[in-house]
Amino acid sequence: MNELLKNLTEAVGVSGEEKEVRRLIRDLIAEHVDEWHVDVMGNLIALKKGTGAVNLRVMVDAHMDEVGLIVTDFDSNGTLKFDGVGGFDDRALLGKVVQVGPKKITGVIGARPIHLLSASQRNSVVKSDDMRIDIGAKNKDAASGKVNIGDRAAFVTEYEELGPTAIGKSFDNRAGCAALVELLRERPFPFDLIATFTVQEEVGLRGATTAAYGVKPDVALILECTPAYDLPNKDDVSPNVALGQGPSIYVMDSGTLQDPRLVSLITQTAADNNIPFQIRRPGGGGTNTSAIQRVRGAIPAATIAVPGRYAHTPTMMINLDDYANVVKLAKATLLNLTEDIVKRN
Amino acid sequence: MDTFKLLQTLSETPGPSGNEQAIAHVVEEWWQPYANRFIRDHVGNLMAIREGSGAAPRRSILLAAHMDEIALMVFQVVSHNGSGFLRVSNVGGVDIRHLYGQLVVVHGRNKNFHGVLGSLPGAMLPDDRRDKPFGYEDLVVDVGLPLAEVEAEISVGDFISFRQPLRKLLNGRIAGKALDNRASVAAVTLCLEYLSQRSHSWDVVAVATVQEETRLLGAFTSAHSQQPDAAIAIDVTFGKGPGANDGGTFEVGGGPVLDLGPNVHTGMFKALKKTAESLEMTVDTGTHSRASGTDAFGVQVARSGIPTGLISIPLRYMHTMVESVALKDVERCGRLMGEFIAQLDDKFLDKLAAGMMEEESD
Repeated sequence: MNELLKNLTEAVGVSGEEKEVRRLIRDLIAEHVDEWHVDVMGNLIALKKGTGAVNLRVMVDAHMDEVGLIVTDFDSNGTLKFDGVGGFDDRALLGKVVQVGPKKITGVIGARPIHLLSASQRNSVVKSDDMRIDIGAKNKDAASGKVNIGDRAAFVTEYEELGPTAIGKSFDNRAGCAALVELLRERPFPFDLIATFTVQEEVGLRGATTAAYGVKPDVALILECTPAYDLPNKDDVSPNVALGQGPSIYVMDSGTLQDPRLVSLITQTAADNNIPFQIRRPGGGGTNTSAIQRVRGAIPAATIAVPGRYAHTPTMMINLDDYANVVKLAKATLLNLTEDIVKRN
Repeated sequence: MDTFKLLQTLSETPGPSGNEQAIAHVVEEWWQPYANRFIRDHVGNLMAIREGSGAAPRRSILLAAHMDEIALMVFQVVSHNGSGFLRVSNVGGVDIRHLYGQLVVVHGRNKNFHGVLGSLPGAMLPDDRRDKPFGYEDLVVDVGLPLAEVEAEISVGDFISFRQPLRKLLNGRIAGKALDNRASVAAVTLCLEYLSQRSHSWDVVAVATVQEETRLLGAFTSAHSQQPDAAIAIDVTFGKGPGANDGGTFEVGGGPVLDLGPNVHTGMFKALKKTAESLEMTVDTGTHSRASGTDAFGVQVARSGIPTGLISIPLRYMHTMVESVALKDVERCGRLMGEFIAQLDDKFLDKLAAGMMEEESD
């Protein structure tokens, strides 16, 4: 059992309220870094001093927030109204268990039973506006004594390993966080490594924007968990990325063209070290890379990601070899990094 | 008895309609201390006989609580990129709106596999599927294994049950899977415990019935073979809550619901109601206009007809993985049945029969 992935995915950190994850990661890395601080936004920023052999400031980023819900109001019957925080498909919410607020009050999201629906209702999507979180409270007063408006709610899924794969609630992006924690536990790199565990990625890459400004790196590497669409599909049989085929390397997504020098470095490093990898098919999606890339006078940046099926549901799935290979590839890439690679021509 | 613990083992044990061995085993363990003997019939009904104190031949009352649950079944094993995915179909009245992102157990040939229900994201589905709930044509069960491992152990027709731990909510409520109808199996268990501390002259035939969710099979066969003199079916009914506040919905925590309608013998309803009054227990009255959708439908017409009552426990979000009930409703239901049975005497059936022709009085 990978305890790091278990602890990180089971912790709660819905965008804008990442404290639990921030504290957990602080505890995980404190002994392995030279200093750490938390910025105004809530980003956890840690410095691991290098040997000085390479004269670069290298930022390695992983966002620590996850998609979730925010309580907006109470119904008289004691149930909670909510909005989605981050990109949600309403269809992922029915029949799910959530944990609400810092006290982690257990709630469930149900709907009018199928027996009482017309045929057309049975085949219609229930909008999240019409859903409620049910914490069992008898009425509004009982509910407001346990939960506050503004409390975040997150899915509840125990981390589990199924042979080569693992399921859990927030591999996006605790898989990236776990990989970054592992890098910090390595011996010093040739350069100063600044780890940024950033907030609010899911609501518009907000944390990375300020973190990158503050860190002022020469180069940035972003560790992510990217949605894998390697499912049976009538129209198109080639997946964007597939589980078990190695780290996913970004070239282009909806927000970035990755720095080509860094992409070459990553793929060459993978080939030299016999680490499997796959180029993520260009197209939609976005990561902190696009925010970091345009900070100050532009920062060379690239992304390595763990492919994960069923993103933004309570039951995401990754392949554990892919995860291990992301750690391996990130480390090997960093060790191959030189000033020359990112110097301006 | 710790009602939560009882419900926890009952709720979390798989028992898809038509594949009830595992849950039957758990029910048998709970009922063991209270039963003189058990009978299993050919379709899998678990019947516990608890003898009364009267002289033989004794009258008997049958309690029918179905132990099966809605589930899925492997429809097709699909290979994609080296992985083995399962297409599935429903067993019983599954609400597809709740399926995406659920945990499941696939009951393979030699062992169980944990898996999840996933889909391509909505945006990648054909246009006509985008605004619809993910259906069986979109969903896959993913056990996270390569095709060869899947094919070696899992085949078309294997059962898949939902997987969700039973959880405590506030206010003595709980939420989880299969509380339809394990809440009632728990109530029968509590009834048997109650009777172990009271004398009762009638025999009790407690039946955990099979295949209610698909065809009420166990109700028909058990009532036929046991020939009871009276029967109570115990099931869940619609709890008031989000999306369900209209007529025919009942307060969760407001006490058991006694049903009136064609599947119910009015004399049984009245007798149960009187028992509730003697216990100063609040009960609500429910109705059904044609078929109750419960085991009462099957039991009532066994042999030459069996006087049947129907007690229901209000439950929110029926046929989902977050079905929710109040523990005290389950306990009240058990106590109500226990007290009712303790009071059954030689004259009960005559009174029921006489009631059929009596002038109505207030």
